[in-house]
Amino acid sequence: MAGNTVTVTDASFADDVLNSDKPVLVDFWATWCGPCRMVAPVLEEIAGEHADKITIAKLDVDANPTVARDYQVLSIPTLILFKGGEPVKQIVGAKPKAALLNDLSDYLG
Amino acid sequence: MPTDNTTQPVRNVIVVGSGPAGYTAAVYAARAQLEPLVFEGTQFGGALMTTTDVENYPGFRDGIMGPDLMEQMRTQAERFGAELRAEDVEEIELEGPVKYVTVNGERYSAKAIILAMGAAARYLHVPGEQKLLGHGVSACATCDGFFFRDQDIAVVGGGDSAMEEATFLTRFARSVTIVHRRQEFRASRIMLERARANEKIRWQLDSEVLEVLGENSVTGMRLRDTVSGEESTLDVTGVFMAIGHDPRSTLVAGQLDLDEDGYVRTRPHTTYTAIDGVFAAGDLVDRTYRQAITAAGSGCSSAIDAERWLAEHEEASEARVAAELVGGGYAPTQN
Repeated sequence: MAGNTVTVTDASFADDVLNSDKPVLVDFWATWCGPCRMVAPVLEEIAGEHADKITIAKLDVDANPTVARDYQVLSIPTLILFKGGEPVKQIVGAKPKAALLNDLSDYLG
Repeated sequence: MPTDNTTQPVRNVIVVGSGPAGYTAAVYAARAQLEPLVFEGTQFGGALMTTTDVENYPGFRDGIMGPDLMEQMRTQAERFGAELRAEDVEEIELEGPVKYVTVNGERYSAKAIILAMGAAARYLHVPGEQKLLGHGVSACATCDGFFFRDQDIAVVGGGDSAMEEATFLTRFARSVTIVHRRQEFRASRIMLERARANEKIRWQLDSEVLEVLGENSVTGMRLRDTVSGEESTLDVTGVFMAIGHDPRSTLVAGQLDLDEDGYVRTRPHTTYTAIDGVFAAGDLVDRTYRQAITAAGSGCSSAIDAERWLAEHEEASEARVAAELVGGGYAPTQN
């Protein structure tokens, strides 16, 4: 079910996230995190349904520790929404789709 | 007001929950041609989704990762035709011949219902804890241990999960202090000995947590010695809660018979609850064993109980269901 989200790394973070014209929701995740698996398909769906409004990016904290440290991510899954290069919203933990859409409603307009 | 999902037929059985109990019930109910609808919740997979190696689930000689085991159970249920929905249930109505489950504002109905919502990690409810959740306070060692490389952290609790988490966390942390309010442990001997043999694990016993300290992230914990009453500060950057679980019975409280701790009461040696057509399994019921295998076992029992109950009540129940739904758009199940 992949394809709607993009993958970002420590190296590409500035270009793909901070300098993006669209708001970018970054999913901080790792392969060994069970709850991250729960939220992944929901994010794919949201990415597909709202591609015009928002980009959803996945960042593997295991391979890319720098960005996670910079934004003081201490728990995964953590979702951070970046707009104009700034973090504007942070969501910690797996949540149902309806709750995520609600949290993001200001940016999906 | 939830909308009535009357375009859908009344199901044979709805399963609420997706741990070993829920998925096993789904496997058995699906194989019995009951076409179960399973509300997994968004935290699907249950408690095993936050564990690593499961070493005591029979059939996996070399152990299996918790999330992998749950993935297997999930796919197995799907293979036999269980309809799985990763959505949270908002309301459950158990009285009467038709049971209703409300999800995302829509109401689904069934003749029988299997409750397998499991148990949720308990928190201390001390100052600082909720504020720092995700910022150094965690209930998932396997998710968050990684972020505490070479740091001093603490695990609160004295049961198997505390020992397991502390042992696991030593892979990352410089030291792990087990904070426990007594000298005695609920943990099994094998888990306790494994923790005691680990040089990175320290012990802070007879200590209760008064407060989690820190502004933007955890800097420590304020403790009180339960014997002397003396207060002290433990400098840690991470606090992992492993103080047990509470049954997730809120949705059925006031409808079903619960014990004083909120566990659903079932008729001895069965999964029958106090209400006809309502069955309960897994950690929602079990205050004693709480293992993946016992949950799976009772999930199996609940599907068999539901199947037999449905068969026995087939005719009578069809009539009652039809009576309740006169004018309500009832469509009989097509097989």
